[in-house]
Amino acid sequence: MAWVTQTLSSSLGRKVIMSLTGLFLSSFLIIHMAGNLQLFKGDGGRSFNEYTYFMTHNPLIMTVSYLLYSSILVHALMAFILTRYNQSSRPVKYAYSKPEANSDWSSRNMGILGTVLLLFILIHMRTFWYEMHFGSVPMAEYDGKEYKDLYSVVQAAFGELWYVVLYVVCMVALGYHMAHGFQSGFQTLGIRHRKYTPIIESLGKYFFAIIVPAAFASMPIYVYLQVHHFI
Amino acid sequence: MKINLKVWRQKSSNATGKLVEYQLDNVSEDMSFLEMFDVLNDSLTRKGEDPVTFDHDCREGICGMCSMYINGRAHGPQTGATTCQLHMRSFNDGDTIVVEPWRARAFPVIKDLMVDRTAFDRVIQSGGYVSVNTGSAPDANEILIPRSIADEAMDAAACIGCGACVAACKNASAMLFVSAKISQLAILPQGKAEHKERAERMVAQMDSEGFGACSFTGACSVECPKSISLDHIARLNREYLGAQLTTENVQG
Repeated sequence: MAWVTQTLSSSLGRKVIMSLTGLFLSSFLIIHMAGNLQLFKGDGGRSFNEYTYFMTHNPLIMTVSYLLYSSILVHALMAFILTRYNQSSRPVKYAYSKPEANSDWSSRNMGILGTVLLLFILIHMRTFWYEMHFGSVPMAEYDGKEYKDLYSVVQAAFGELWYVVLYVVCMVALGYHMAHGFQSGFQTLGIRHRKYTPIIESLGKYFFAIIVPAAFASMPIYVYLQVHHFI
Repeated sequence: MKINLKVWRQKSSNATGKLVEYQLDNVSEDMSFLEMFDVLNDSLTRKGEDPVTFDHDCREGICGMCSMYINGRAHGPQTGATTCQLHMRSFNDGDTIVVEPWRARAFPVIKDLMVDRTAFDRVIQSGGYVSVNTGSAPDANEILIPRSIADEAMDAAACIGCGACVAACKNASAMLFVSAKISQLAILPQGKAEHKERAERMVAQMDSEGFGACSFTGACSVECPKSISLDHIARLNREYLGAQLTTENVQG
């Protein structure tokens, strides 16, 4: 099995780990966004709470969720290892460097963007995931069946202006992270083709970098406006 | 034109270097950047000072010897050109120009602006060749190759091994260089026979030399004097992964 560890510890292998976990996390973004769009339904949170119940009780989803947690950890840990490794490749820095002449800011600052996102994930999971699993969430009853009313937790959290601002800022970071990360993940796997690369690039630049973060950012804004009776 | 220079001076690989300022009052805009350095060195020699050491050879953009990180960019502000192809007309009268050596762990400074690029030679020695004699030009012409493939191999073979890719990369990664060599050989029939072992060995050597990993910023391709495409990096990833997954080599 020496070849496995050798492959995965090579510079290319480490990038493959980044790519596979990153692309898996990208696919999760779509599911997470689609599910949470139910916050817009205006039914007092019923469909959102039913959806949360499904997400926390379906055995397949629960299995995948562990894959998701580990992907976040591996992606962050490997990014840390790679960043250290890459920094050691240039022990003496340039006195004067003009990287903006040859590359995008986001492509050079994936580590900073990723750190922001990791902190965001921790805050986000403390507010919702932790409350759902270990906190005391009020109950709601639909058709005689009891549900944890996570919707009320969402309303409480997104009723705070600073929390909404934090979410919007972090979604901008997500946009920049995805603008480079999504298409770069395919390059790492060697998937670059005249027919498919333009599609992958547009998907990254428009869908993952703009539409998805905008949809996520609109949720706290919408709930805030609703809680404070602006709409 | 008048030019203020800030040049990295370092006596030896172990010495600590610093940026030293020089002023040149009579620079012609028709001079190449290296000729401007010749003028500087001439004046330094006349004053009994140590001239600035820098690499150069053909001075026509094909040997890959000239380096220099000029005003924050490898080979200066032009794209698709080496330092010897850069002319002083690219600058303005009174400009301050900062000149540093390539910075990478794998490219230690020998003296001033000259760095040791033998790491590239060792990467080539690890697999950047065809093991057997495949004949001379007439023999090569016996094997028909589609024009598009011949062109792509030629584009990769345009790499002059100058190291601008490493110098420009935020990770000092050598992926563009290694991928150009991999591509050039892997897509032609003479090189195809050994393509898997080559990818394994060249990547192992690249890593052991201390080059960084690829973040795919694209800086290398922009700064490459031969504008070598990122397509080759994707091919290197494909070649390496394919090789690691399918060769009989289980020892790694």
